[in-house]
Amino acid sequence: MSAFILRRLIGLIPVLLGMSLLVFTLVRLIPGDPAILMLGERATPAAIERLQAQLNLDKPLFLNLAAFQHSGRVGDLVDSQFFAFLGSILRGDLGQSIFTRVDVATELAARFPATFELAVGGILVALLIGVPAGVVAAMRKNSLADVVVTSASLFGVAMPIFWLGMLLIYIFAVHLGWLPPSGRLSPGVSVPRITGFLILDSLLQGQWAAAWDAIRHLILPALALGTIPTATVARMTRGAMLEVLGQDYVRTARAKGLSTLRVTWRHALKNAMLPIITVVGLSFGSLLTGAILTETIFNWPGMGKWIYDAIGARDYPIVQGGTLFIAAIYVVINTLVDVSYAFFDPRIRYG
Amino acid sequence: MAVNDHALEGVQPQPVAGHLPKSRSPWAQAWRRFRRSRSGMVGLAMVGFLVVMSLLAPIIAPYDPSTDRNLRARLNPPSWEHPMGTDELGRDILNRVWHGTGISLRVGLLAVSIGLVIGSFLGLLAGYLGRWVDTMIGWLTDILLAFPSVLLAIFIVAAMGPGIFNTIIAVGVVQIPIYTRLTRSMVLSLREQEWVLATQALGAGHLRTLFRHILPNGLTPVIVQATLSLGTAILDAAALGFLGLGAQPPAPEWGLMIARGFAYFAVAPWISLFPGLAIIFAVVAFNLLGDGLRDALDPRANR
Repeated sequence: MSAFILRRLIGLIPVLLGMSLLVFTLVRLIPGDPAILMLGERATPAAIERLQAQLNLDKPLFLNLAAFQHSGRVGDLVDSQFFAFLGSILRGDLGQSIFTRVDVATELAARFPATFELAVGGILVALLIGVPAGVVAAMRKNSLADVVVTSASLFGVAMPIFWLGMLLIYIFAVHLGWLPPSGRLSPGVSVPRITGFLILDSLLQGQWAAAWDAIRHLILPALALGTIPTATVARMTRGAMLEVLGQDYVRTARAKGLSTLRVTWRHALKNAMLPIITVVGLSFGSLLTGAILTETIFNWPGMGKWIYDAIGARDYPIVQGGTLFIAAIYVVINTLVDVSYAFFDPRIRYG
Repeated sequence: MAVNDHALEGVQPQPVAGHLPKSRSPWAQAWRRFRRSRSGMVGLAMVGFLVVMSLLAPIIAPYDPSTDRNLRARLNPPSWEHPMGTDELGRDILNRVWHGTGISLRVGLLAVSIGLVIGSFLGLLAGYLGRWVDTMIGWLTDILLAFPSVLLAIFIVAAMGPGIFNTIIAVGVVQIPIYTRLTRSMVLSLREQEWVLATQALGAGHLRTLFRHILPNGLTPVIVQATLSLGTAILDAAALGFLGLGAQPPAPEWGLMIARGFAYFAVAPWISLFPGLAIIFAVVAFNLLGDGLRDALDPRANR
């Protein structure tokens, strides 16, 4: 088992390398010279050249063939922008923002909890709505409830998330005034940082009002972000439950006089959990990384919005470091989900 | 008995279909199964409606979608004259949504074609050639799949510049790995089958085996996936349009229209509401059609 996990983790190395190559190349394709962007259009050519040298921009992109031919040393061959980038990643240095000079790795770490909190909110929505809806639909197959759940999940996956977000803001924030339209906390409310997870932090410090404020801010974005996973989870639960409910041991449990409630929730759902866990795990990866649209609409100060703004501002180091960070989280989570099958299903053996 | 004799002698190969009593062509059988699928028929009708509407838009739609403005009729709520209301420049929303149908369908179709052609080709190569080709293509696929699709699409458009053409490419590239995986696994399972060995024993070359024998037989899951991908592609393209990276104003693209209506949402929600409903309609249409096609084309899934 641990050998299997180790092998999967080692298998990630070439993928991570390829990801950095792709990100690096795409960022270099974005038009505009960072040195000119930093110094402004009216900077002297000498100043620009000095900065380019400082940022390694005067070196070749991938392989320094000229230096290699000159000296014949392999060390000179990799004296290029890409390998400098790779080297600094390995040291945990993702560079600094061109405009604000803020350290990309530090800022990502500061913004990660916001995105994580949002993703957890989205998954909770999916579990709390999706699983019961799927179970009810499966138990009363072809009933009105089943039709409602099935068509709702059909529309759920078809809904543009940005459109749904706007609709939620309009209905619950603007029209009814029940919930705040954007941000993580109301102006004037602040919570001393312990972990960066606002709800957790305020609860730890006994600031109930602040915790409630943070929860109220989370509801709408979590609903918007959770729509697609809710639809998928409901569909998956329905399918898995239908399969399980038709099996012999469920009939036996009924035959020996257990109540329908107990059979459904204790016996059947437990065995239908594996595909549901898979969907939830994979969704969590995509929620954590795919929240760009939701964060933009709800002005949520997470990683996705930061990277999106940086793309607009042509702040390469943020785009480069942030995208790589997000993609790395995504592959690691998907690998963990893959590995966790073995824990949940003893029948699966990995050699 | 006659059948067995032929098989034993192996002299006169006869088409398999000839032995079946009153057989229909595979397509006729598939159509029969498809007609029984309610979701498939609903999806087909919805897609048909979209296609007809997009073809009719330039002919019978009453206004030009971007130039016919009426500043005296700005932000009008839905009425008999303007069933979906008017936008901030006094343009008829119904008319713009109608013209937008063609944009979304074209973007979806072209993007999916890019993903399908490149992805399937890579998948065929990987599955058929195996060895280092498979390793390399598998590596590329893993890398592309490691990026959340919207982020990758945004990234590509940022590198190439905003616009509808680059949106098509970005959304298409995002779809490539899906088809690579699908086609590869299809080739792997078909390659080992006896009739493939037989065609090779009869002297068929690699290309002939691959494109005449393996590809047509494994097309079913690819067709189903392509239909479902059309919905995803339309959604992704709309997201890029919404972020200002896709179609540019004054194009009547649905995502862009939603974004433009954002500023007026409190006073004129219909500007964003109807393009959103149009997106949902289109995506649901292709998802239903894809479900129906799966039921019809894959007899094993039809229980």
